[in-house]
Amino acid sequence: MAHSSTPTATTVTPAHSALRRFIGLALVHAVLVAGAVFMLAPFVWMLVTSIKPPAEIFSAEISLWPKQFYGVENFRFAFEKAPLLRFALNGVIICTGILVVQLLVAIPCAYALAKLNFPGRNLLFVLVLLGLCIPVQVPAMPLYIALAHLGLLNTYFSMMVPFFLSVFAIFLFRQFFRSFPDDIINAARLDGMSEFEIVWRIVTPSAWPAIAAFAVFSTVAHWNDLYWPLIVISDARLAPPPLGMMFFADAETGSNYGALTAAATILTAPLVIAFLIARRRFIDGITMTGVK
Amino acid sequence: MTLALASPALIGPGIRRRHRIERIAGLGFAMPALVLLLLTILAPLAVLVVLSATNYEFGGIDMDWVGFGNFQKALADPIIRRSLLNTLVYVAIVVPGGVFGGLLIAVLVHRRTRSRSLYEVIYFLPVTSTLIAMATVWQFLLHPSLGPINGVLKWLGFAPVAFLSEPTTALATLAVIGIWQLLGFNMILFLAGLTAIPRDLYEAADIDGCSGGIDRFLTITWPLLGPTTMFVLITTMITAFKVFDTVAVMTRGGPVGATEVLLYNIYLEGFQYFHTGYAAALTFVFLAFILVFSAVQTFSLDKKVHY
Repeated sequence: MAHSSTPTATTVTPAHSALRRFIGLALVHAVLVAGAVFMLAPFVWMLVTSIKPPAEIFSAEISLWPKQFYGVENFRFAFEKAPLLRFALNGVIICTGILVVQLLVAIPCAYALAKLNFPGRNLLFVLVLLGLCIPVQVPAMPLYIALAHLGLLNTYFSMMVPFFLSVFAIFLFRQFFRSFPDDIINAARLDGMSEFEIVWRIVTPSAWPAIAAFAVFSTVAHWNDLYWPLIVISDARLAPPPLGMMFFADAETGSNYGALTAAATILTAPLVIAFLIARRRFIDGITMTGVK
Repeated sequence: MTLALASPALIGPGIRRRHRIERIAGLGFAMPALVLLLLTILAPLAVLVVLSATNYEFGGIDMDWVGFGNFQKALADPIIRRSLLNTLVYVAIVVPGGVFGGLLIAVLVHRRTRSRSLYEVIYFLPVTSTLIAMATVWQFLLHPSLGPINGVLKWLGFAPVAFLSEPTTALATLAVIGIWQLLGFNMILFLAGLTAIPRDLYEAADIDGCSGGIDRFLTITWPLLGPTTMFVLITTMITAFKVFDTVAVMTRGGPVGATEVLLYNIYLEGFQYFHTGYAAALTFVFLAFILVFSAVQTFSLDKKVHY
């Protein structure tokens, strides 16, 4: 902290600067709290509405607490009208399936790109980099036509297949594997380990932080994805959370806000709770696209 | 490498064998990814190129070559022009809001010690939440007669606004929700950039008499955050350009086309009306924008090195 060298020349007294600091701090918090209200308002309103009776929802006055607790009825109605747990289970199945295949495919490929010399390596890497720029909406239509011809629409497989290859995972793990010491790999080779064993038993465990971060990134992305499931799934029993929410909102024609917000609460809860528990991992995982 | 240095006499056959193993293992390891790359990206792209030159309709039997007809049609189609314009307007609102909002919050949060993690959680919450579910809540928040936002407006003496059913406000309202969703994401990226700025630079600035918060921001923080800002700017542009979820759930392109965006129109043409050939051409228009954004990003990342 630099002290003002000319305290007598101006009117800057300790009390004065303390006051300035206090005002500055108050201003900072005022902005942050105002922003926080904007961020939290939908969540608060969702929770409040989900425990309000219809009469209070449709009344003009704004209250943050219901006079009559109606949560049990709203949640029961939501559970009866839509298979919400099924939607959540679908989300778990799809996210797990996608993540497992993504890792099984990306890890060996990333290792090969990082540490092995094989023909076509540079071409493959260029294709991976190009793949990074192509969002799923681009190959969606040909994939849809192919799945329709194969009779695979309305299956878990159809929901997962476009995401089995994550070029982003390959890119990320390659960066990570490149810094893995060659000496250890060579020592393992001298010990008679096969390349297969080296990938899964030596290199992969060392990449645990990157894998965990990618797992979070992948899970959040696919739990919340609407575009692709909307295209290939019309059977409500297979719907992942966002599509399930959409079906439910349509069926309810948007009028039963108590039940709608109850459903929204249930479908948002798993990720939000996971986020609150593993805060750092979530933030690192989701924003790691930014640390390339 | 170490082997070669240790025993130069023995390398001949050993190295060759090593190379052969590496080649086979490398190809084997890359094979699943390569097959998937072909099946889920490259082949679909090739099919898309062919489709875009036809008038194929999914489920139909015959199709004709139309060459660039689909692209000409798209350029002349008032609906597509409007949806492209809407998308760009959406981007033009979300980008400054999301980038400068994220920067402001990050700068303010960065110097907090005790409250920092609390603010981080609050601002990041929308990023993890299921947007479709929250869109339903937003719809209710913005409801002309039942929503609390209009309740507050009325209490303040303003006339209620039908945010989502008014052509003039619908797109901007969706853009605000878009900002709400990605503000926390951008904040975290900026926080990472701020942490990387060495503290002694600020101390040096203090000694040089540059002690005001705004001075320090303009002389140190802003220039050093350049690469981060560029990155955030581009990712925000790409995210905003891909807007779909809120449109599909909250407005379905309405009122009177005021919120029709490019991706939503591609979805309608391709998967609702099954104008497959036409939708393929539109997909390339979409891809062209994404590629331009990505190219800008690649070049700006090159620049990052010179800082």
